Amino acid sequence: MTLLRLEGVTAHYGHLQALDELTLSVEEGEILAVIGANGAGKSTLLSLVSGELRPSQGAVYFNDADITSLEPYRRVRLGISLVPEGRQMFSTLTTQENLLVGKASHRRGPWNLDTVYDVFPFIKKRRNVRAGLLSGGEQQAVAIARSLMSNPSLLLLDEVSLGLAPVIVRDLYAALRDVAAGGTTLLVVEQDLTEALGIADHVLCLLEGRVALAGSPKNLTQSQVLNAYFGLHEAAPDTGTGPS
Amino acid sequence: MIWVNAVIQGLLLGGLYAMFSCGLSLMFGVMRFVNLAHGDFAVLSAYFAYVLVEHAGGTPLWTFAAVVPAAAIVGFLLQRLLLDRALIGSALSPLLVTFGLSILIENVLQQSFGANNESLFVGSLSYESWKVNNSIYLGRLQVIVFVIAVVLIAGLQLFLSRSQPGRLMRATADNRRSAALSGVNERRVRATATAIALATVAIGGLFLAMRTSFTPTSGSNDLIFAFESVIIGGLGNLWGTLLGGLILGVAQTIGSQINPADGILAGHLVFLAILAYRPQGIIAARYADS
Repeated sequence: MTLLRLEGVTAHYGHLQALDELTLSVEEGEILAVIGANGAGKSTLLSLVSGELRPSQGAVYFNDADITSLEPYRRVRLGISLVPEGRQMFSTLTTQENLLVGKASHRRGPWNLDTVYDVFPFIKKRRNVRAGLLSGGEQQAVAIARSLMSNPSLLLLDEVSLGLAPVIVRDLYAALRDVAAGGTTLLVVEQDLTEALGIADHVLCLLEGRVALAGSPKNLTQSQVLNAYFGLHEAAPDTGTGPS
Repeated sequence: MIWVNAVIQGLLLGGLYAMFSCGLSLMFGVMRFVNLAHGDFAVLSAYFAYVLVEHAGGTPLWTFAAVVPAAAIVGFLLQRLLLDRALIGSALSPLLVTFGLSILIENVLQQSFGANNESLFVGSLSYESWKVNNSIYLGRLQVIVFVIAVVLIAGLQLFLSRSQPGRLMRATADNRRSAALSGVNERRVRATATAIALATVAIGGLFLAMRTSFTPTSGSNDLIFAFESVIIGGLGNLWGTLLGGLILGVAQTIGSQINPADGILAGHLVFLAILAYRPQGIIAARYADS
C-alpha cells in the first residue's frame, strides 16, 4: 500500500526553484533513500513532507489523504516525523525531557522511554544531562529517539551522518535497521552513499530538482549512481520497480 | 531593630511585587513577548472585583473565584484572537499592540469609573497584625500575600519543570521549529501561557487593590515595578522574579526608612545598579535561552 505520494510537486525558495514537478511514492514498510549533491532538492523534499514548506504546485498525499496544506504539528499527529538536519535539540532541556516532548502528538504505538533506550542504550546514561551538552553522536541519537517517541508510521531522516565519525554513523544506521524491521517506513536523505545504498530498498537520485535516477540499489551500478549524482551525462532512468 | 523591621516589611512588599510580576516573566520566557498592558490587566481585574462587590456584596475575598478564571479565559482568547497576529509582524508589533491595549483599557476605565482612587476593603484583615516583638508587627494581609506569592511561584515553577504542558512550553521557548516537528501545537501553548499569566496578574491585581489603592491609570506605574522585579531577577526565570521582587521591596522600604519620600527612588537606583553591573539579572535564565 502507498503510504506517501507526491504528485507533480514544484517548490520554490523565493525565485529559486528547488524542485521541478517531482512525482514519487513511498510504499508502506519500505526504506527509500534519496541521494544527490548539495542543492539537488533533497532537504526541500523532506520539508514538503514534514509541512515546513508548501509546494507552489502539486500535491502531497499521506495514506491517500491530501495533506498539502496541513501544518507540521498536525502531520506529526498523522504519523509523519522528521529528524531534522543538525539535530535541533531542545538544548536547555535534559535528554529525557527532549524525549518526553516527542510524546506531544499522543500517538499510540510500540515506542516509549523504555523501548527507545533499548535501541539507544548509550543515551540512557545521559538522560539527566542537558541535551546542549551532549556529543554530536548522542544528540543525533536523541533526535532520532525523540521522533520515535511520536510513534511515526513514516520517519524522515535528514543527513543523519552529517559531522559524525564513521563508527557512530554505522551504529546509528544499525539502530535504524531495527526501527525499520519493526514496521516503520523510512525516507532517508543522505550524502553518505555507502550507508544510504546499504540500508535502502529503493534509491532515488535527485539532480537540480528532478529525478536523475531511480531503482533498487542491487540493480544499479556504481557508475550509474555517480553519473546521476554529479550529472555527468544524462543517465537513463532505470526501468525497474522504483519510484519515477 | 527598625532596620530589621524595614527588611521584613520589604520582603513582604516584595512578595506582592513578585506575585504581580511572574506573569510578565512567564510570557517573556515562553514567547519573548513583552506585554505592556500587564499592569492594566491587574487594574482591570481590580475594577471587575470592585463591581462584583458593589452588586453582590460581601468581602472582596470571594471575588477571586470569579475574577481569576475570567482573567484566564480573557488571556486565552486574547492570545488567540489578537496577540498571535501581533507575533507574525516585526519584533515591534507586540509592543505596539499591547501599548495600544494599555491606552484602551485605561481610557475605558476612566470613562466608566472616573479618576478616583478606589480600594478593595477587606475589613479587619487589612489592619490586623501579628506581633513579633515590641517593634515588629506583621500585617496579616501582608503575610498572607507573601505566602501565596511564594506558593504561586513555586507551583508555577513546578508546573514548568515537571508537567508535560510545562515541558512543552519550555520546549517551544527553546526551539520553536523542533517543537512543531515534535507535534506541539504552538498556538495552544502560547494561549495557555497567556491564560496562566493573566490569571496570576489577576491574583496580583486583587491583592494590590486590597493592600493599597488603584485608579484607572495606576497600571502603568505598577508595570514599572513588575519590569524591575523581572529584570533584577533575570528575564524569563520565575525564581529570579521572586528574588527580584524581594530585592525591590527591601530596597524601597529601606529607602523609606532613610527618608520617607525616597522609597521608590531607592528601588529605582538598586534596579539601575543591577542593570549596570549584572544586566543578565541575578539568576541567568534557566530556560528559554536558545
